[in-house]
Amino acid sequence: MKPLVTALAGLLVLAQGAWADLSVQAHYLQVETPRPPVLSNLDPVPDDLGRAGAALALIDNRTTGRFLGQQHDLTVVTVPQDGDPLAAARDALAASALLLVDAPAATLLAIADLPEAKGALLFNVGAEDTALRGPDCRANLFHTIPSLAMRADALMQFFVKRRWTKLALIEGTHPADLAFANALVRSATKFGLKIGAPKKWVFDADMRRNAAQEVPLFTQDLGEYDALLVADETGDFGRYIAYNTWIPRPVAGSEGLTPVAWSPVVEQWGAAQLQSRFQDSAGRPMQSRDYAAWAALRAIGEAVTRTGSNDPATLRAFLLSPDFELAGFKGSALTFRTWNGQLRQPIPLVQPRAMVAQAPLEGFLHQRGELDTLGLDLPEAACPAFAP
Amino acid sequence: MCRTLLLFLLLASPLRAAEIWVTNEKDNTISVIDIDRLEVTRTIPTGERPRGIAFSKDYSTVFICASDSDTVQVMNPETGKILHNLPSGEDPEQFVLHPDNRHLYIANEDDAITTVVDTETRRVVAQIDVGIEPEGMAVSPDGKTVVTTSETTNMAHWIDTGTQTIYANSLVDSRPRHAEFTDDGAELWVSSEIGGSVSVFDAATQAELAKITFAIDGVHPDRIQPVGFEFTADGAHAFVALGPANHLAVVNAKTFEVEDYILVGRRVWHMAFSPDKDLLFTTNGISGDVTVVDVAHRRAIKTIKVGRFPWGAALRP
Repeated sequence: MKPLVTALAGLLVLAQGAWADLSVQAHYLQVETPRPPVLSNLDPVPDDLGRAGAALALIDNRTTGRFLGQQHDLTVVTVPQDGDPLAAARDALAASALLLVDAPAATLLAIADLPEAKGALLFNVGAEDTALRGPDCRANLFHTIPSLAMRADALMQFFVKRRWTKLALIEGTHPADLAFANALVRSATKFGLKIGAPKKWVFDADMRRNAAQEVPLFTQDLGEYDALLVADETGDFGRYIAYNTWIPRPVAGSEGLTPVAWSPVVEQWGAAQLQSRFQDSAGRPMQSRDYAAWAALRAIGEAVTRTGSNDPATLRAFLLSPDFELAGFKGSALTFRTWNGQLRQPIPLVQPRAMVAQAPLEGFLHQRGELDTLGLDLPEAACPAFAP
Repeated sequence: MCRTLLLFLLLASPLRAAEIWVTNEKDNTISVIDIDRLEVTRTIPTGERPRGIAFSKDYSTVFICASDSDTVQVMNPETGKILHNLPSGEDPEQFVLHPDNRHLYIANEDDAITTVVDTETRRVVAQIDVGIEPEGMAVSPDGKTVVTTSETTNMAHWIDTGTQTIYANSLVDSRPRHAEFTDDGAELWVSSEIGGSVSVFDAATQAELAKITFAIDGVHPDRIQPVGFEFTADGAHAFVALGPANHLAVVNAKTFEVEDYILVGRRVWHMAFSPDKDLLFTTNGISGDVTVVDVAHRRAIKTIKVGRFPWGAALRP
């Protein structure tokens, strides 16, 4: 019986090969990381965060490929917390030179530096660390998730526009909180806004019961400010800040008015279609990391469609050429920065019920294009490794 | 006696001026504009999220894509009453009526399908798999070819109406939105919203003849997003709506050069001509109004307030 099965499988492969003129194999590597405990369980993180976006992009790419004789495939590999991400990456790279990675920055860089990754195309769909777009950049590494700098700049543009020039900042204690807080401070300087000394959230009480009593006192010595920034990227305490501050002020950052790559409340520019297709395919609303993974695989699909090639060097050159553009449902074409491989994209500023604004805001000008007012610009990126 | 005669005359002769019917996507209504008075004279309720709109050849019925009601509504334009609903597949956005005045070709945006409906038997005749998010629909004057454009797949799909199958696919720039054959059927024009271009194809060979791009002083290229367009009576020019650039482009249909830009309302989307094509009415989604353009002088002469997010426009002569 067994030889027969093998023979049949061989036939199937042959038949498929004959039908498809071009085969495009991509891998998605999801490296599971420990999540610190949070005060509320209201918003559990979906297990398929990111992955589900790639799954939708695969459907999109396959539909296009069907008309062009191109066969798109995606293999998803999840590495458990005690697993070996480098071994998994080596296996994936042995099978395909197109790799989407959702991993912390250090792991991501280790994968990009593997000998097997030389000449491959890697897409960072999860790590927002700005340094990955600067001194830590790699020639084989593109980024479709916005950097912390892009998100912070988007928020600051909004404050400038509103003339909310004095800001206060509460930061959590996790590395991600500090990284976002640093990005906010750097961006405030860039846009000429003032942030008072950050106040660290070190409480360990259960704020579902105590927020009303604790937060007014905690925020009493922040002085006078126009908006309160909260750097709480794990979603721990931030949700209890709004409406409990000593003086009545809006909350922004990780809570309140939030700069994101994507949110279920984005509905303009045809976004409603992407939202409903994602909802149908994943059974839940689309989040930023889903969007980043979707954009990465769609960018690959678009490059394959336009070049008729699956060669990584050809695709890389096309992705960085003026001919590449991705329709990303955010009102303007998405392209890659040639100096660090970051996907240029508008950043929606959202509250839970609606999009408030979308950066770049009108009036922020740039010699190349307004999207480059967000994140690391050419002169400041300091990323010689990426230049073709 | 005299009164009876008057009443008889009123009933017999259509004293009504020509009208432009505009679908208001976020109001679930149609605004009817009287072309002589340049005013909204009627507002008619529809199904949810009305977008595509077209009259039957004799103008006795009007078809409306009620996208979120997942149906195409058939309305009596005299009374504004819905006569019946047609099966349309999910999320119908845009359609064309075949020259046989009987078959509707409908783009089902959420389903990657073009649905063919017989408006007489009210049955679905065929469903054709197309790319992701089909939107633009065009039919050749001889009725032999229907074209569907798909926004995410970035293609124009050429459908043989005899077999209801795709016989060719043409890649265009990002997010194709609208397609039209020229009146002589020789060319197919396709607008690409994110690509910022209009591609012109030889309808016989599907070869690309030209790609038209746009540039307006003081407007960033990202904001120039071509969507709806129409040809003038003599076929010499095309008026192209440029979406958030808030302008119409006037394109020479022979040389493919842009001759003029006309400032209109915000996020200009689709348009319809008056009967002799001397006036053009554009739907401006964000400003919630319709701009009336003097075609000969190429300038906007009036703005008419309609409902929220006007989308489609159709002439009722």
